Amino acid sequence: MATVMIDLKRLGDVKAPAGFAERVLARAGMADSYAVFETVLGPVYVAWNQLGVSAAMRSKSAAEFEDWFRHDVGRKLVRVDPPADLGRKIEDQLSGRRRLRFDLRGLTSFSQQVLHKTLEIPRGQVRPYGWIAREIGHPAAVRAVGTALANNPIPYFIPCHRVVRSDGVIGNYGGGGPEAKRNILTLEGVQLKRLETLARSGFRYEGVKSTKIFCFPTCYHGRHAREENFVFFHDEVEARAAGYRPCKDCRPAVA
Amino acid sequence: MEGTERVFERLVRDHQDRVYALGLALTGNRHDAEEVAQDTFLRAYKALAGYPPERIRELKQRPWLHRIAVNVVRNRVRGVRPRLVELNGSEPDRGIGPEEDVLRRAEIDELASRVACLPPRYREAVVLRHVQELSYAEVADALGQPVGTVKANVHRGLKMLRGENHGDGDD
Ligand SMILES: [Zn+2]
Repeated sequence: MATVMIDLKRLGDVKAPAGFAERVLARAGMADSYAVFETVLGPVYVAWNQLGVSAAMRSKSAAEFEDWFRHDVGRKLVRVDPPADLGRKIEDQLSGRRRLRFDLRGLTSFSQQVLHKTLEIPRGQVRPYGWIAREIGHPAAVRAVGTALANNPIPYFIPCHRVVRSDGVIGNYGGGGPEAKRNILTLEGVQLKRLETLARSGFRYEGVKSTKIFCFPTCYHGRHAREENFVFFHDEVEARAAGYRPCKDCRPAVA
Repeated sequence: MEGTERVFERLVRDHQDRVYALGLALTGNRHDAEEVAQDTFLRAYKALAGYPPERIRELKQRPWLHRIAVNVVRNRVRGVRPRLVELNGSEPDRGIGPEEDVLRRAEIDELASRVACLPPRYREAVVLRHVQELSYAEVADALGQPVGTVKANVHRGLKMLRGENHGDGDD
């Protein structure tokens, strides 16, 4: 009898495995989980919780990501094995087949509006900063839109790389600088050379002769048009004077 | 609300080893132990969120967590396990170190699986009394049984374990 009792006592000395407390806190919504994923950009650290994806960063190391997250987001973080299906969900998100949920708590409502609007830009297309500002009802706040996108805590997932300057400069990218931005856009099928050539000539819109509709270059609407069927405009007044209407998909101007 | 979160985090850090050990002794394997321990704390969290501050202050955390854990184990339907965490992936197997640790761990696991083979009423009583070292009164409270019943079940359970210890194959 005594031996059994001593053995049982040893069973009571077992310690919880490493990370147990953090896993419990994560389930209670008091900590975010994170894992590292291979993407076209290289390894990306991704954090999420019960509300959705909360952060993504191309950090050099797990320690760097953890430091950044604790400092900028201010919650606890626990590393887990990458869920088997999250990689596919990310791919689906980027191609527009799926909408992941995002946790944007802690951002101003203005920033949240900017990021939600950015999610509407389809893969392979770009929009100017001024478009976001106008669409969310703050047409004068172009600079503030730029700041909100530069501080996007979930770059790549929330495709701030699809927002460019109207003068044709691709612009900054919080997810890894202008070079990374060019690379992703090219991978997504944007013809950067054409876009930049148009912008340098001061052309901000393209019209399709057969439909008499004008668009932002890269809009889906003009995908089947041949180059000689395009006509280019410097501004909205010029387009309307030529008898063109704004596209309902990319909304280059208020209809 | 933030107060509850602080209380809860301390509760988890203070009691995680005991609750995990309890889960291991009651289920007999580390995978189920993790699930039981996680579920126990999650239930505790939900309960705390609804308690007024004075009730939280006066809470006797140890017996309270034991009572919750016993119920978590009782409510588990064999074969139908709730999934751990939808997005959180699985718990990586950490912490196996030098050879003696591996041996010790194997011994513990073997012991845990033997305890888990006891009929539930003996297992609960033996584990709370001799693994967790609660008093008979605390065990009776956690199990919702009279002290006399608990004593009889502990006695019977120990006898069965001792029988298996000596290789009698007592069933
Ligand atoms: Zn269009």
